Amino acid sequence: MTIAGSPAVATNVGRPLVGGRRFSLDWLGAVPFLVYVGLFLLLPSAIVGLGAFFNADGSFTLDNYAHLSRSYVVKATIDTISLSVVTAVIGAALGGLLSYAIVTGSPNGLLRRLVVSASGVLAQFGGVTLAFAFIASIGPAGFVYLFAQAHGVDYYAHGIWLFELPGLALVYLYFQIPLMVLVFLPALDGIKPQWREAAESLGGNTWHYWRHVAGPILFPSFLGAVLLLFANAFSAYATANALINQGQPVLSQQIGGALSSEVGAVEPGFAKAIAIEMIVIVTIVTILYSLLQRRTARWL
Amino acid sequence: MTERSGVEVRLENLVRRYGAVTALDGLSLTLAPGELVALLGPSGCGKTTALRLLAGLEEADEGRIVVAGKDVTGLPANRRNIGMVFQAYSLFPHMVAWENVAFGLQMRRVGTAERKKRALETLELVGLGRLANRYANQLSGGQQQRVALARALAIRPQVLLLDEPLSALDAKVRARLRDEIRRIQLEVGITTLFVTHDQEEALAIADRVGVMQAGKLEQLGSPVMVYSRPATPFVADFVGLTNRIKGIVRGGAIDIRGASIPLVDPTSADGPAVALIRPEAVTLTSDGAMEAGPLVGTVIAVAFLGATSRVTVDLGDTTVLAQVATSAASQNPAGSKVRLTLRPDPVLIQREEAAPTAS
Repeated sequence: MTIAGSPAVATNVGRPLVGGRRFSLDWLGAVPFLVYVGLFLLLPSAIVGLGAFFNADGSFTLDNYAHLSRSYVVKATIDTISLSVVTAVIGAALGGLLSYAIVTGSPNGLLRRLVVSASGVLAQFGGVTLAFAFIASIGPAGFVYLFAQAHGVDYYAHGIWLFELPGLALVYLYFQIPLMVLVFLPALDGIKPQWREAAESLGGNTWHYWRHVAGPILFPSFLGAVLLLFANAFSAYATANALINQGQPVLSQQIGGALSSEVGAVEPGFAKAIAIEMIVIVTIVTILYSLLQRRTARWL
Repeated sequence: MTERSGVEVRLENLVRRYGAVTALDGLSLTLAPGELVALLGPSGCGKTTALRLLAGLEEADEGRIVVAGKDVTGLPANRRNIGMVFQAYSLFPHMVAWENVAFGLQMRRVGTAERKKRALETLELVGLGRLANRYANQLSGGQQQRVALARALAIRPQVLLLDEPLSALDAKVRARLRDEIRRIQLEVGITTLFVTHDQEEALAIADRVGVMQAGKLEQLGSPVMVYSRPATPFVADFVGLTNRIKGIVRGGAIDIRGASIPLVDPTSADGPAVALIRPEAVTLTSDGAMEAGPLVGTVIAVAFLGATSRVTVDLGDTTVLAQVATSAASQNPAGSKVRLTLRPDPVLIQREEAAPTAS
């Protein structure tokens, strides 16, 4: 609309500077983060990756990477991936159900506040403390086991599985389920009640709604959460080391073993190669996660 | 799209309670085949509850819903064949526009090719054929609501329900889409219930307007009747602007500062009352030499509305709004002295001592 008598007004907002492109300083805010990532993620990764090409005497070698095919490393890789997949899938399923129970309740209800607060704490609860908590409760000398045994239930009758991979999986679930709640709850909160009502008014039932609407919308978020849980379990070290100190069944323990072997030679280059193997796997998972998150962000 | 004739819809004595709160208190309403009825009222008056009961998204505590002669009170939403457009954000975000529109057809097991053809036809009807492959987040608010309308119509429902479908849109888009909805409704001939809190929207689009308050229907009538002959003080207050001017009731008329105006209810008892007078019923005459009098005042504001203007006149102890032609208003700028004339149309009165201001 033009108002008679009012002069045309022009501003420089959004215009390029004379003779050059507009120079934005927005990225300055990200500098501390980029410096941090560079110093404590990229640089160490590069040092580790390059270091794996050298022997302890400083000579160049490909042996460290070649040794990744050693049978016990391959087994540890498979076991770690299996453990991570199992705990990620079970954690995602149980955490997902718990999240759903929360969103179907009152938004300010006691259940929601309680579970979210507890999840915030428990998702970070790991390492020696967590391992000890399990040993002291359900371990072979733990009060739960002694109580169960006194009542005729011996869940270690076929071996003390707590100190093996199944036990480790159980302990991991202790932080995997709360993490799932924290990661997946926002996605469930993003589901709009109008979608269900629209599906119903268009002739759909509950199955149709989940099959055609809520399921496809939530699936990328769910899958992304599974990947995050996988990475969380895959990179865990302290909990596994505190619970299982023989056999080193997970990859992160293999790194420790290569750096401080009691029976053989210390192999820092080999430890670095294992670390690179782990970094590659976690990087692939992270890229997949970010791709899924990008899709979810458009919908929720 | 083929022409269809609508069906009759009857809401009979519907009651809906939420704990101690009664959201609908014996609502009865009949929609004639092909008619568009707008339910108008303030937030919490029960209009959306009525619509949701008809949609089957909630259950009535008492009463009956009859669509095309069939009692659907106990039927779930997915078996009522009623199309619904929600306030906003109801499109499925992971589907493109035509897939959204085809969803209801998919639920009815219509073949893939046929449902795409019908979805595209319906999108053409709402003028969005060229955006059939866009996701909701690639459409504007107005376009999203058009797709939602197409989605509701694609299943060829018996009844169309519109739950404040324009409230999230900006004024210009709202006005355009409002007219578009009416055009399509007339073209399809579908019985439609439109819920809104926007009186302008309701009066502009509906065959009949139902004004609700506290779960009850205060008045149901044509937009002209509801506006010009409000049945209750609430309707007079809620629909349009109303001057509240003190006067004395005598023999079926109210005397306002010497001007006698007939009452809608001529049997009203004599005594003091407040007359509810539309700004359109007030005219201005200007005369610089006029003497002070009971209906002589000073213009304190003029609001330009386009063809008409709203003039606020200070009578000393009260202010009165007059809606007059802009040409007349321009002769009486702020500060000028004017005489008010009240059109002798029958008016409603209120007995309580209300503040004598325009509302």
